[in-house]
Amino acid sequence: MSDRMRSISVRPAVRVLNRWDLLAALLVLGGLVFLAEASRDLTQPLASLDASPASLDPARLPWYAARTTLRMLAAMVLSLLFTFTYATWAARSRRAELVLVPLLDILQSVPVLGFISVTVVFFMALAPGRVLGAEFAAVFAIFTSQAWNMAFSFYQSLRTVPAELIEASQCFRFSAWMRFWRIEVPFAMPALVWNMMMSMSGGWFFVVAAEAISVGHTTVTLPGIGSYIALAIARRDLAAVGWAIGTMLIVILVYDQLLFRPLVAWADRFRFEQELGVTPPRSWVLTALRRSVLVARLSAPAAAVWRLSFRRRAPRVAPTDSGDHPVARPWLDRLWAATVLVLAALALWRIAAFILAGVSLSEVASAFGSATVTMVRVLVLIALASLVWVPIGVRVGLSPRLARIVQPAAQFLAAFPANLLFPVAVSAIVAFRLNPDIWLSPLMILGTQWYILFNVIAGASALPSELRDVGTNLGVGGWLWWRKVALPGVFPYYVTGAITASGGSWNASIVAEVATWGDHRLEAHGLGAYIARATEAADFHRIVLGIAVMSLFVVIINRALWRPLYWRAERKFRLG
Amino acid sequence: MNAVPLLEVHGVRRAFAKPDGSELLVLDGVELSLREGQIVGLLGRSGSGKSTLLRLIAGLARPTSGQISYLGRPVNGPAAGIAMVFQGFALFPWLTVLANVQIGLEALGLPEPEVRRRALAAIDLIGLDGFESAYPRELSGGMRQRVGFARALVVHPNILLMDEPFSALDVLTAETLRNDFLDLWGEGQLPIKAVILVTHNIEEAVLMCDRILVFSTNPGRIVGEIAVDLPHPRDRLDPAFRELVERIYVTLTARAPAAARAARSEHFPGSGIGTMLAPVSTNLLAGLSETLAGPPYDGAADLPAIASALHMEVDDLFHVAETLQMLRFVEIEGGDIRLTEAGKRFAATSLDERKTLFQRHLLTYVALAAHIRRVLDERESHVAPKSRFLDELEDHMTSQAAEQTLGAVVGWGRYAEAFAYDDHRQMFSLENPA
Repeated sequence: MSDRMRSISVRPAVRVLNRWDLLAALLVLGGLVFLAEASRDLTQPLASLDASPASLDPARLPWYAARTTLRMLAAMVLSLLFTFTYATWAARSRRAELVLVPLLDILQSVPVLGFISVTVVFFMALAPGRVLGAEFAAVFAIFTSQAWNMAFSFYQSLRTVPAELIEASQCFRFSAWMRFWRIEVPFAMPALVWNMMMSMSGGWFFVVAAEAISVGHTTVTLPGIGSYIALAIARRDLAAVGWAIGTMLIVILVYDQLLFRPLVAWADRFRFEQELGVTPPRSWVLTALRRSVLVARLSAPAAAVWRLSFRRRAPRVAPTDSGDHPVARPWLDRLWAATVLVLAALALWRIAAFILAGVSLSEVASAFGSATVTMVRVLVLIALASLVWVPIGVRVGLSPRLARIVQPAAQFLAAFPANLLFPVAVSAIVAFRLNPDIWLSPLMILGTQWYILFNVIAGASALPSELRDVGTNLGVGGWLWWRKVALPGVFPYYVTGAITASGGSWNASIVAEVATWGDHRLEAHGLGAYIARATEAADFHRIVLGIAVMSLFVVIINRALWRPLYWRAERKFRLG
Repeated sequence: MNAVPLLEVHGVRRAFAKPDGSELLVLDGVELSLREGQIVGLLGRSGSGKSTLLRLIAGLARPTSGQISYLGRPVNGPAAGIAMVFQGFALFPWLTVLANVQIGLEALGLPEPEVRRRALAAIDLIGLDGFESAYPRELSGGMRQRVGFARALVVHPNILLMDEPFSALDVLTAETLRNDFLDLWGEGQLPIKAVILVTHNIEEAVLMCDRILVFSTNPGRIVGEIAVDLPHPRDRLDPAFRELVERIYVTLTARAPAAARAARSEHFPGSGIGTMLAPVSTNLLAGLSETLAGPPYDGAADLPAIASALHMEVDDLFHVAETLQMLRFVEIEGGDIRLTEAGKRFAATSLDERKTLFQRHLLTYVALAAHIRRVLDERESHVAPKSRFLDELEDHMTSQAAEQTLGAVVGWGRYAEAFAYDDHRQMFSLENPA
């Protein structure tokens, strides 16, 4: 974007190539080669996977990592497409909004691994006998772990675009297309990039789980880090697990440097708050791309075509009246609401009928029992993690020096797929013969506890120094200080972190409540284990039952616990 | 000069539908005709619908009834020859100054060289040379509004609409911008034919406009039209200038209650629950009374004089003055404000007595406060939820106005210790924590 502006800048200096060009060319060409390499054998028949079975040779790991990364990238592109269409539709049409937003809320609470087991057959059928079908299924699984919160963030941004900007665009008669790209997308960008990062973190977790797809008799192992680690578990090879963890660390670091740093630095200009003084985030990749003359020259034609697309005559749409709907036609609204209700009831009826065709009522009750066990587990773990990380987070956040070191580390740990560490933990549980009902539980929160930590750190850093000074000045110390100054100050941030951690833990329960190490199989009681078992047996009635119960629990907990807490935090403790 | 007016507004009325199906009138019976070479001011207090009228003219909203025609053709949406300058600038923070100015031309689909040439010319004209590659966040408020002007002028509109364009700026900057604009306008350098300026600043209106339409509040109606024939540049200290300002003050203070009396009786100071109230801080109420009581005013003052002495915009001053009037601490007539006997006591006594006096007047003259107190007294538990009163208010006004009105009464009720309110539980009660 900046380069586009630069090409029409006031004094178009004639520049020769510079050192940034070399760097930029390397980056761009490297990216192209990577794409070509990694996507090479997508159209191979499935049998080719058996012909070259996965091996634990560490030399194969870079190749596996490339494949895994490509899957992530594809899913991210899909998620963006979904975000731009779904969220825009929801924000533009009042009637669509009525359905789309609650639907998004429910989709968010469906366990990601549930999507895989239900949809893998469909995707395999899309490209029968080809690797591509399995890739579709894996990418779709990652997509389901990324898309919802991005769409939510975009929808919320669209709803909060300042009215004056919209009015200005109407005055200048922007077409809807131009308004979308010149106002709405830029305005939504900072929040969207942040949510993309969060999605990516979640995505790493599930890409590992989605590569070794096995539903009943259909077992497909796609080349990637996930299947590498699955093989390592089956062969009880701790060294290979170590190699995989090391590779993953590097992959995430590279991803961060090459993709997210530049994105964050780039999105910074779209912040709407017009304050100065905060040091903007920087990225060497973005600097290289921006300063490169080559990139500027090559991107200029594309930018021109892009601008040309804005030229479409603005259709003479009636202006959107903010606030009132003079011709709302209430009976049409009622008809629409009734249609939606009937369809929802019909869907509920079909789901119930499908489940009860294969499952007895008493088992439905026991599924609810398992869900309660998992719920207790999640809540206890969140409480424990809070007890540990809130005090630490506050201490760290109040010391800028410490925060600078710990904050990126916490964010990194949140992005790291904790399931890579499961084998290490499971081998220990097997070795020491520990009770799986207790000791498998921490795995659920292994990857998600960091959300609590880094949010609390952010909250403590944001605590105005004046408030801290007042505390010191009045001699407020000890428990009183925690109760009246520190905890209320970080509360809104803590709630945000805890919500994310809770959602992630429910998702992780499917992987964490059942663990294997070679021939050893550990199983805890809970809904996650129930779904995992049903998936192995390809028992779709039970899979659907498990997913439905888990979604129901997550939705209810969100409504009954997290949302009220969030609003309370917003109303009472938000500073300024 | 063209026989057809640039813009004609005829019998325009704008109403919002309330939840109970009745309607809330914002603008009523507005007539306006704009000819080439004129700057017309729409002057009124907040809630007088003058910004709403501007948005109707801009095609951003539609009138409930009546017609607006531009060059003889009805306005059904944003028209090509009408551009707008916004109160909050409405710049795109992610675009440079140049790109912000160019964007209107890009939307028109002009070829790139022309877009660039015209944008640079507009930037040059408005005095933004050298700032082309700056981002709005790097600019001061005055520079930002200059970008707003350049962006509107670059499309060469026939009519320039200005929605309180100087009200977000400090006094000095606003004055500079006004003068620069008037200079360019006077020299015929601006590519526009007429201007409509919305403002609540009386001096600004007299300084800039050839014709001023004065609006009443609730609903907005034109209650006066004042032609300004003074030559430019105008001098604020010129007696003719002062006289015009004084006349507008009188129009604003005298006509507003009269119009409201005709519309609905409860708008008469403090006589009905449905009165919209502005959240005026009790510090301001006490401050204005004390100022009036002290020298040089000794209990009575000319509104324009006290407004300029206190550096208050007419809108802010009126809110304070009218609240005092509602509480019967002052009387307002013909542009003058005078302390009543109670008002003199209110200004002079100790804090405790002041609170007692305030409580008595609040519960006597502000119907909503009395109502809340009565409900609390009658209930066994002495508590009542906020929603109870909000629902009642929403029969008379929009939900936004209801929130604001209730907020105002909460503030006064707390100061008077007439009742307590817990925002977290959203409950009114009689108990103050001892």
